[in-house]
Amino acid sequence: MTTYYTDQHEWIRVEGDEGTVGITGHATEQLGDVVFVETPSAGKVLKKGDEAAVVESVKAASEVYAPVGGTVTAANEDLSGDPAKVNAAPEGDGWFFKIKIADKAELSQLMTEDKYKEFVAGL
Amino acid sequence: MALNSQGRPSQPGTAEASALPTISGDRGLDHEEPLIFELGRDGKCGVDFPDVKVGDTHLGGLRRKGKIGLPGLSEPEVVRHYVRLSRNNYSIDAGLYPLGSCTMKHNPRLNEKLARLPGFADLHPLAPQSAAQGALALMSELARWLTTMTGMPAVTMSPKAGAHGELCGILTIRAAIEAKGEKRTRVLIPESAHGTNPATAAFAGFTVDEVKATPEGRVDMDSLRSKIGPDVAAFMLTNPNTCGLFERDIVEIAKLIHEAGAYFYADGANFNAIAGRVKPGDLGVDAMHINLHKTFSTPHGGGGPGAGPVVLSERLRPFAPLPLLVLEKGGIRLIEDRDSAPEGYKPFGRMAAFHGQMGMFVRALSYMLSHGGNGIRQASEDAVLAANYVLASLKDVMSAPFEGPCMHEALFDDTWLHDTGVTTLDFAKAMIDEGYHPMTMYFPLVVHGAMLIEPTESESKESLDRFIAVLRGMAEEVKAGKTERFEGAPRLAPRRRLDETAASRKPVLKYQAAE
Amino acid sequence: MRYLPLTADDRAAMLAKIGVKDVDALFRDVPKSAQAPREAFDLPDAKGEIEVERILSRFAARNVAASDVPFFCGAGAYKHHVPATVDHLIQRSEFLTSYTPYQPEISQGTLQALFEFQTQVAALTGMEVANASLYDGSTATAEAVLMAMRVTKRPKAILSGGLHKQYIETVETVANLHGVIKRAMASPGRAEDLLPLIDDQTACVVVQSPDVFGLIRDLKPLADAAHAKGALLVVVVTEVVSLGLITPPGEQGADIVVAEGQSLGNGLNFGGPYVGLFAVREKFIRQMPGRLAGQTVDADGRRGFVLTLSTREQHIRRDKATSNICTNSGLCALAFSIHLSLLGEEGFTKLAAINHSRAVELADKLNAIPGVSVITPAFFNEFTIKLPRSAAEVVEELAMKGVLAGVPASRLGYADDLLIVAATETNTDEDIAAFVKALEEVL
Repeated sequence: MTTYYTDQHEWIRVEGDEGTVGITGHATEQLGDVVFVETPSAGKVLKKGDEAAVVESVKAASEVYAPVGGTVTAANEDLSGDPAKVNAAPEGDGWFFKIKIADKAELSQLMTEDKYKEFVAGL
Repeated sequence: MALNSQGRPSQPGTAEASALPTISGDRGLDHEEPLIFELGRDGKCGVDFPDVKVGDTHLGGLRRKGKIGLPGLSEPEVVRHYVRLSRNNYSIDAGLYPLGSCTMKHNPRLNEKLARLPGFADLHPLAPQSAAQGALALMSELARWLTTMTGMPAVTMSPKAGAHGELCGILTIRAAIEAKGEKRTRVLIPESAHGTNPATAAFAGFTVDEVKATPEGRVDMDSLRSKIGPDVAAFMLTNPNTCGLFERDIVEIAKLIHEAGAYFYADGANFNAIAGRVKPGDLGVDAMHINLHKTFSTPHGGGGPGAGPVVLSERLRPFAPLPLLVLEKGGIRLIEDRDSAPEGYKPFGRMAAFHGQMGMFVRALSYMLSHGGNGIRQASEDAVLAANYVLASLKDVMSAPFEGPCMHEALFDDTWLHDTGVTTLDFAKAMIDEGYHPMTMYFPLVVHGAMLIEPTESESKESLDRFIAVLRGMAEEVKAGKTERFEGAPRLAPRRRLDETAASRKPVLKYQAAE
Repeated sequence: MRYLPLTADDRAAMLAKIGVKDVDALFRDVPKSAQAPREAFDLPDAKGEIEVERILSRFAARNVAASDVPFFCGAGAYKHHVPATVDHLIQRSEFLTSYTPYQPEISQGTLQALFEFQTQVAALTGMEVANASLYDGSTATAEAVLMAMRVTKRPKAILSGGLHKQYIETVETVANLHGVIKRAMASPGRAEDLLPLIDDQTACVVVQSPDVFGLIRDLKPLADAAHAKGALLVVVVTEVVSLGLITPPGEQGADIVVAEGQSLGNGLNFGGPYVGLFAVREKFIRQMPGRLAGQTVDADGRRGFVLTLSTREQHIRRDKATSNICTNSGLCALAFSIHLSLLGEEGFTKLAAINHSRAVELADKLNAIPGVSVITPAFFNEFTIKLPRSAAEVVEELAMKGVLAGVPASRLGYADDLLIVAATETNTDEDIAAFVKALEEVL
């Protein structure tokens, strides 16, 4: 089980062919209180970099991009009733959706946790 | 002699009033006011109508069955409710309203009176044109003022607000491009632009490309040159720009745009800085909307209505939307459909039903006639003078990101707040406790922690001096580390800071009776 | 100049503080070629109140006000009585001269009034949620079509031929940029069959009721047919007073209801400013355009109101906004709300009943004139009559006799011999008699 990061502040935790996607703690700090999340429906096919979800705070609305291409297998239904989960546990209960990864080679273009921490420190 | 036995003390005494709890929950002139739905009861009504029985014959079987759920209140209750509500609002009539880019200037009451003349207020939009010649004449007189002031040949009157005018201008440009058989897909917009600009361009089907700003807060000409090309439809520019600065290179900018075959759209939101001194037509502008509710002082009304006529260059004129006004022998004719358009005109469509914000037209023309050409020029100069006076009087205690002179608004950033623990928001909210409406905050986005102050020409020097003294005093407290009052300010307003997170997470958008 | 408080001495002192010689120095960033002297503007000098009032009164005097004559024009704008209280209250400084309530701590008056307005609009239309108003009914209709396209992710909108023609044109102008608009042929006096036009690409069906010819339409079958195909039903109401007597669109299956709110609180104003009402099902609130006031609490736990869900709006989302709208029609919405507060349930339903009974009476009398027939079987306060000759000519002739008899359908591009006639609580028995007599004379 490995977690990868993008420079758009998404993370993807990979188990076998499936990845779980969310936004990083750094992203939630920048957004402030998350008030609404729009997740993709299961079955949706995404290319790497496609707009996959929308996250809104009081002051901002941002797109969440697919870190890799694939087919959405599940969305976190809890977020519609309790978007605060994204702030409370961005890399835990606050996950956005699960995706069946089409091409695992795309993962190599993402950052490791250490690389991402370095990246954020440099912002 | 007869002694006054009333014994009423005539001196105020020394009681501490501030924290005094009250039984009612109200505090002197501050009243808590319930919702009308909590006040109303069945059996009360604020109007007197006869009871008329109607049959079902003509209702197509669709007579309403259930109740609507409207509360019943008598007239005095309604009056008291709204008067009490009103007292929880700040207003330009009550105090300086320094909202940058919003132009909160004095709203003359003459304009209100004249807009209510029955010949205007009680005139039906589809009354026979022979019965509305005065209205059509007024529209064309206002059009004359607008075209004369802007140095542009034509104006389309129907847009209902600034953003609506922007959309109208961009659609006119789109129509002109299509008529030439060209394909232009990009609209260039400076990163400092009002949010409506990119929203409008995207809405009209264009892709938005941002042009960088220079460290001096103006359009970066290199960035513009690198972005311009044969696929560019238009450049949208606010001038004076949102940093309160005049774009010095404007003539060069217009030349670049026109050489690329694109159109120059000017956002007229800040026209009030230059009206009567500069004609946008001389700067190469092709289209510009004019916010009558800013420059020409129709009241903001707590968020509208506005009006946003759009002046057009000769090459855009044929594409203006319906309706059109045409001068003919014997009167003015309003053209309401494409087929009746004069030779050479190809209106791109219609922005709204009917003919525009007549009520705003009357107010704006009243404002213009009152000021005259000389007064409008003086008003622009006074607005610019007041903003520069504020800038000059505060820049030693607050930090101004750009060298002056500014135009009609003075911009500060939050450099001076670094390491004080006080943010732009705290400082602005603390102004409320001092009896002022905050300035525009965090806009323009290109400046960190922006504070944009537009005092307008309506403030006396005494008022400006007092405002400056208060802001200086506040700034000095921040610098002296006396920051407690800024955290969580305001404390003295009808409400303290409100929980916007809760409002957005679980929206409650209408009254629901307690179960 | 009475509106400018600075004196010459003030200006001199301010220039000295700034450190410049004259005001021209402040305009030094303006290119010389663009600096225009006073003489470059062919505009008169300032005038006092007396002169300005005289000039504008002259313009006003050349118009025929609805209250001057027996008056029967409708077709999207209606002459109603507005209680004196309404205009007095909206002219209070704190409502008239405040900005959009971005600072809720000192804008609770406007915010609470908008919250009440939203509640009233939801109740009238029979919908779950309403916004804080849009510009007017026509632009609100265009926004509804765009919203339906966003919600369904489908490209096609079907417009009923009974939708006000200028509304149709407004919708086409903006929605053509985002999809395909199909409009049905107008069929004055009867409801056209829109069902065959609905397919799996249809985002919405837009139908006006009462329609532009005054016809009250049964919306339920349309709602069912639209929903069966996954499309939304958008219902347009140009006369909100009708909602006091007829079943609201929300109870007939509408997904979005838009309306022109001018009838309550607002004058005819030659077409503007008016106020657009916009109400939707709760599940669509995050797709809804325009401002919303929402209830919350302040730092001391007291109830208060804020503008909410503003991330949908242009100042945050910029090129991703749901709409480019910036202002709403705040003061007109307030006038609407105050008028409706005065009316309440009792007054509003009575007002609707009076309007309908006046119209029925007028329709019966006109229908009795030889050569004239009422072609609208079910109507509220407006119906269409067929005349033996051009309605536009008849209207002009009646205007000469001091009666404004209605809107010729030809003005909106429909048949030449149809006249759209409205009656409201402002029409007296004498008005109706004068209309009937004058029409008999010219025919």
